[in-house]
Amino acid sequence: MIPRKIRVQSENFDAAAESAALTDGRRDIGAIASFIGLCRDESGTLEALELEHYPGMAEEEIARIADEAGRRWPLLGVTVIHRHGRIRPGEQIVLVLCASAHRAAAFSAAEFLMDFLKSRAPFWKKEHRADGTQGEWVAAKDADEAALERWSRDA
Amino acid sequence: MRLVYFASLREHIGKSEEELDLPDSLRTIAELIDWLASRDEFYAAAFAKGITRAAIDKKHAKPEALIVGAREIAFFPPMTGG
Repeated sequence: MIPRKIRVQSENFDAAAESAALTDGRRDIGAIASFIGLCRDESGTLEALELEHYPGMAEEEIARIADEAGRRWPLLGVTVIHRHGRIRPGEQIVLVLCASAHRAAAFSAAEFLMDFLKSRAPFWKKEHRADGTQGEWVAAKDADEAALERWSRDA
Repeated sequence: MRLVYFASLREHIGKSEEELDLPDSLRTIAELIDWLASRDEFYAAAFAKGITRAAIDKKHAKPEALIVGAREIAFFPPMTGG
């Protein structure tokens, strides 16, 4: 099994420090693909997102997705950090790092991980609006579900 | 059986978890959802959209999944992680 670090936490993360930790003492890693998801405010009305999660299952499900990525690509390490709690626009929500000997596997695995995190990891986002009114739960997008289909294969 | 609810379902039902004695006749996730939705208007509202996802012992479960032997069953709307 590939080395993997999976954290579900309310605290922020340091992508550079996580990347350094992933390569620490290694001479075989030739590529790290890094993805950071941020809280965004498209219309200027968002005060914050509240991220609810299913403790225990969130970590387990991310681990299952990471292990599946490790079966599909020759990865040398994976780090996933997903935050929960109140997150304001501009702040970081999720970090995915995929290390491999070559870039193709690292890029593909990072994209695969994000596609599955979106619609298989048990997190839910609720909006808090800048005007103080109660916001809505963010609806899942059909496009996110459709994104999974390109990874389907008879294994 | 321990039941847990998240996000909009938790808000509709008004609690995040509960212990319920389930009728032995209930076999699947889909049957459990129908039974819960018939309890009162709040449960009915929680499951009304027909998009509820479920997990048995912290693993995703399809509507036809058998609930016998489960310790914890979770219900929640489609996920919006990442």
